[in-house]
Amino acid sequence: MTRLFSLYLSRAKWEIRLLLRNKRAVMFSMLLPIFLLVIFGSVFNNRELGGGVTFAQYFVAGLLASGLLYSSFQQLAIAIPEERSNGTLKRIVGSPMPRSVYFAGKFAASSFIYFFQVVALLGIGHFSYGITLPTSPELWLDFAWISVLGLIVSSLLGIAFSTFAKDGQSASALAAPLVLFFQFTSGVYFVYANLPRWMQDVATIFPLKWMAQAMRGVFLPRSFARVEVAHSFELPKAALILGVWTVIGALLCRFTFRWLPKDQD
Amino acid sequence: MSAIEITDLTRRYGDFVAVDRFNLRVQTGECVGILGPNGAGKTTVVEILEGYRHRDAGEVSVLGIDPATPTRSWRQRIGIVLQDANDLDDVTVREAVTQFSRYYENPRPIGEAIALVGLSEKADERAGNLSGGQRRRLDVALGVVGRPELLFLDEPTTGFDPEARHIFWGLIERLKSEGVTIVLTTHYLEEADALADRVIVIARGQKVADTTPAELGSRSQDTVVVRWHDDEQVQERRTSTPTEVVKELTARFDGEIPGLEIVRTTLEEAYLELLEEGDS
Repeated sequence: MTRLFSLYLSRAKWEIRLLLRNKRAVMFSMLLPIFLLVIFGSVFNNRELGGGVTFAQYFVAGLLASGLLYSSFQQLAIAIPEERSNGTLKRIVGSPMPRSVYFAGKFAASSFIYFFQVVALLGIGHFSYGITLPTSPELWLDFAWISVLGLIVSSLLGIAFSTFAKDGQSASALAAPLVLFFQFTSGVYFVYANLPRWMQDVATIFPLKWMAQAMRGVFLPRSFARVEVAHSFELPKAALILGVWTVIGALLCRFTFRWLPKDQD
Repeated sequence: MSAIEITDLTRRYGDFVAVDRFNLRVQTGECVGILGPNGAGKTTVVEILEGYRHRDAGEVSVLGIDPATPTRSWRQRIGIVLQDANDLDDVTVREAVTQFSRYYENPRPIGEAIALVGLSEKADERAGNLSGGQRRRLDVALGVVGRPELLFLDEPTTGFDPEARHIFWGLIERLKSEGVTIVLTTHYLEEADALADRVIVIARGQKVADTTPAELGSRSQDTVVVRWHDDEQVQERRTSTPTEVVKELTARFDGEIPGLEIVRTTLEEAYLELLEEGDS
């Protein structure tokens, strides 16, 4: 047991080291939301969205939710096909390393990216764009479970998604536009309530809308709730829907994950 | 005791029979070379033994375990040197070997594993900066860091220059002297000749020879090629009784035989001949 734990630990360090040495991962999974905050924040900083909320305040909630997708869904959807095509996974299958160690390492690296983004987004947001941070412990607790559940669900979906691409390049061609699509339809760049009805209907099926809405529940004043479509941030409903997606993600991983390229079994 | 036992192994890809009723027994401590042209089925056989690929028929036992259902303790005893991995570009030799050593219960010391493959001077170099030959030696270090009883090498020297190949051969000799059972695939006859105690020649998924390098060589000693000109064309006959052929030709040409040549076949030709027999 302690041996397994030390394997988890060493693999986690290994994955984080690989991550930090990978320019693609650092740029597109780690730093992208921070660039977005600086660009959009600088342009739209003082625009009022109603209910005493600035664009930057609204946008940070959406970027934190997006960070959950960048750090785990997008990162894994690209990194795993890359590692399937370059022999990493084949080497692991041929070694006595328990396979759970691989996923634990990946989850640790995604959590690391997300943690970095949280600190950077809230820090830059607070000091450069006047974003107010929640003061009540209850809100920080909400933030914690949204983050953990969000990381789990988007990791599982990223792992499941990794089956579709044959290498890293085709994976990023598939995953990156998908993330962008969900950001636009889930109210990251625009106020969700102002989006066309069909966009809302599409987004409401998928996790990002619920992550973003739950994050708004943490970072926007209660008064903003009346701007939401349901006149509430619906945190319990968000938890339920993310829970359902966790089960769907886990089942997809269980039944579709491939260690070796398609033609190598 | 045999390390590997294969009976009537068969594997198809769609309608294509990649491995056809293949039989092999490898003794513990033996070094067996599986030799054949590209597409002969070498990699399929080896990857079935490694537990990567499934089989359609036949019995396989590797260190007493069916590789179709590999266990972790079995993986502890096996080393695999992959054919075309290009992972690990961003980590150093030492980092990679250290990390992989953690997966084994009784690993070699890191420095020893690196020294074994002659990469001590490159230990802190990132794998992405190594030459092709050094890169493959890192693969070997990762394959042997867990002290395997059985080591698989799939075309380990493809793309090497002759010097790199000789360094590599020295490394395999050292592992052999440690008593490691080795199965290596290659399409270089001289490599099988230099390293293997036994050579399995495979063509179109079938075993066409199971012999020692010496026998494969003596096979070439027995056969010669007689060539002559007939109607402006070069005629050729492989034979173990060249004198008989010459007598026959003397009778036919009534005097000097045009363009007569008698040539001993090389090891290479003996091998090619085996492949042709496999084809027919």
